[in-house]
Amino acid sequence: MIKHLLSMDQLSAEDITQILDTADSLRQVTDRPIKKLPTLRGRTVCNLFYEPSTRTRISFELAAKRLSADVINFSADSKSSVSKGESFKDTAWTLEAMGVDAIVVRHSSSGAPHQLSQWVRASVINAGDGAHEHPTQALLDLFSVREHFKDFEDLKVAIVGDILHSRVARSNVKGLLTMGAQVTLIGPPTLLPPQGDAWGASTSYDLDAVIGDMDICYLLRVQQERQSEQLFPSLREYASRWGLDRRRLAKMKPDAIVMHPGPMNRGVEIGADVSESPRAIILNQVANGLAVRMSLLYLMLGGRGEEMVDE
Amino acid sequence: MSALLISGGRILDPRSGRDGIADVLIQDGSVVDIGTSLQEGDAEVLDARGLVVAPGLVDLHTHVREPGREDEETIASVSAAAAAGGYTAICAMPNTDPVADTASVVEKVWALGRETGLVEVAPAGALSRGQAGQQMADLGEMAQSVARVRLFTDDGHGVQDALFARRAMEYLGGLGGVYAEHCEDASLAAGGQMHEGPRSIRLGLRGIPAAAEELMAARDIALARLTGCRLHLLHLSTRGSVELVRKAKAEGLPVTAEATPHHFTLTDEALEGYDPNMKVNPPLRAESDRAAIIAGLADGTIDAIATDHAPHALEEKDREFTYAPPGMVGLETALALAVSELVVPGHMSLLDVIDRLSAAPARILGLQGQGQITVGSPANLVVFDLLEQWQVDASLFYSRSRNTAFAGRTLTGRVAHTIFRGRPTVRDGAVAGVLV
Repeated sequence: MIKHLLSMDQLSAEDITQILDTADSLRQVTDRPIKKLPTLRGRTVCNLFYEPSTRTRISFELAAKRLSADVINFSADSKSSVSKGESFKDTAWTLEAMGVDAIVVRHSSSGAPHQLSQWVRASVINAGDGAHEHPTQALLDLFSVREHFKDFEDLKVAIVGDILHSRVARSNVKGLLTMGAQVTLIGPPTLLPPQGDAWGASTSYDLDAVIGDMDICYLLRVQQERQSEQLFPSLREYASRWGLDRRRLAKMKPDAIVMHPGPMNRGVEIGADVSESPRAIILNQVANGLAVRMSLLYLMLGGRGEEMVDE
Repeated sequence: MSALLISGGRILDPRSGRDGIADVLIQDGSVVDIGTSLQEGDAEVLDARGLVVAPGLVDLHTHVREPGREDEETIASVSAAAAAGGYTAICAMPNTDPVADTASVVEKVWALGRETGLVEVAPAGALSRGQAGQQMADLGEMAQSVARVRLFTDDGHGVQDALFARRAMEYLGGLGGVYAEHCEDASLAAGGQMHEGPRSIRLGLRGIPAAAEELMAARDIALARLTGCRLHLLHLSTRGSVELVRKAKAEGLPVTAEATPHHFTLTDEALEGYDPNMKVNPPLRAESDRAAIIAGLADGTIDAIATDHAPHALEEKDREFTYAPPGMVGLETALALAVSELVVPGHMSLLDVIDRLSAAPARILGLQGQGQITVGSPANLVVFDLLEQWQVDASLFYSRSRNTAFAGRTLTGRVAHTIFRGRPTVRDGAVAGVLV
């Protein structure tokens, strides 16, 4: 298994399948009364979060604890750490000196996990960097897709919304294409990559024209500030052209599903009733996040040779 | 009477077109004879056999950091770095703290350069007070000060207001000054980290489109046409900008341009590892842009190679890519990069490359005693080994800063000696009287 997980580029279809299969077995643990494995006993995982995030941090924390690792949470606002306080590198070296085995890093600066991986011996797991990537989100999404459809072959996936600024979109496009799905990126031209086909996905500005063909409609959160950046006229217009409301849901194939990485803007990219429909597997995504992160920690830290010392 | 005889070197002088083996005899700071088998009884002899003897290099674009950031660079350290790189003159950019927007600041920079005595330090003045782009700096007083400022710029950012640009050009036209622009439309470039293209989108770094540069280059060319002012476009990075300058020159407008070694050597591919040392403004562009820069240098559309030497403290560069300041040092690698990337691959003749590094920038700055090897002129020379290969080791730089994009890279062409006003400032690669 890879030393660091920085980008979905690093993972082949075989790697992804191994991660998902392992997650499958580990999920059974979470159904037991005692939800804990001794695999990472004596190992230390640090959650280094320079951006506020509750769900991803909790998911990683729980995943590490379920595998019996010791967990440290370090949260810093990247903005304030720029002007004062310890530098990113000094923090990295401090963690290194404490003998941390893995660093799960979330940072607003794209590439921060890459840089970190060059400074420390610990494994680095990218928990979201700027507008670059969020590979564990993509893996849990792939897990959720596989759970529903069994197979990725010829699966048609629409990713709708702010593709340009989305690390979730980047990682998902790579993961889905690697697994053999077809991906269409949909949104206003201002939120799509100008060279949409550069990622191997096709692009469309017209959700209504393609929604009937899709097996999955993956909606991205629309950040409120995009409106003030003049990327579209108003949230109302966005919702009317690219929001998944009941009317559009009705146009989808009967077995098609709706996904969202959360947190949702109900009434903007997703109708409130759509998010609560049985077609939406949004809460499954959250639940699967735990199993997938356990799987990654297990594969990246568990099999590294230095066996655990018995107490 | 001090005399120096540089014997047996290949003399390259772009201004006269001379290219041949000869001796150069220097007395009291000036070239007194060029010929074969020159003799002078008490002259010190520098054996230049197998070496190239060219006019000392002239850098149009050096960030000296003094006053204000002496931890990153001082006039003394930048002078040593420049001498080590084969330079005998540098143009000090005005974005210091305080900004060089008054006669007193430019005179201070000029005097510190003179005191150091390793290269000629020609200060550039700011166009606007505090480089804020609103109120004219003391243009006339700087031009008429002992520093005799000729080039004025708000480098670091572009002048956003077209009316201000127009007025500054009109006013400078009356002083014989040069309006130099860092072409960048701030609204298009806002928050930009690298060249906008498929790679920036993939890396998730906000892009700076080529249009941000080209828009302002086109505006300034139109204003040069309107005002007749001499216009110099700093560190061009895009194919479109090169084309704009080519057309402006064909039209006969008084426009000159420069490009940096990093823009003719590197592309945005260097950003793949998120190394903040590769972050520079204007950003490293696409391969087609790099090729256009080289073509522009070769056909003379781009007059000069300028370093945009921008020292930054280690702690400022050694951080998250997004928060690191743009810029890289360049004085100590420029000549070798020009040889390695322009001469060795056959894009340009050595004589043309020397022109872009010495004669052309000296002409743009109006530096009389620079950029030529002529009897009667001050002896400002570089003697270098065209073939020597060496590996860049930033820890050996004379600059106080180490933020190079080229650490570990093997380059061809190495400075042996630099002669400033007849005196060797560099001997066998070492700056006289300066420890690294």
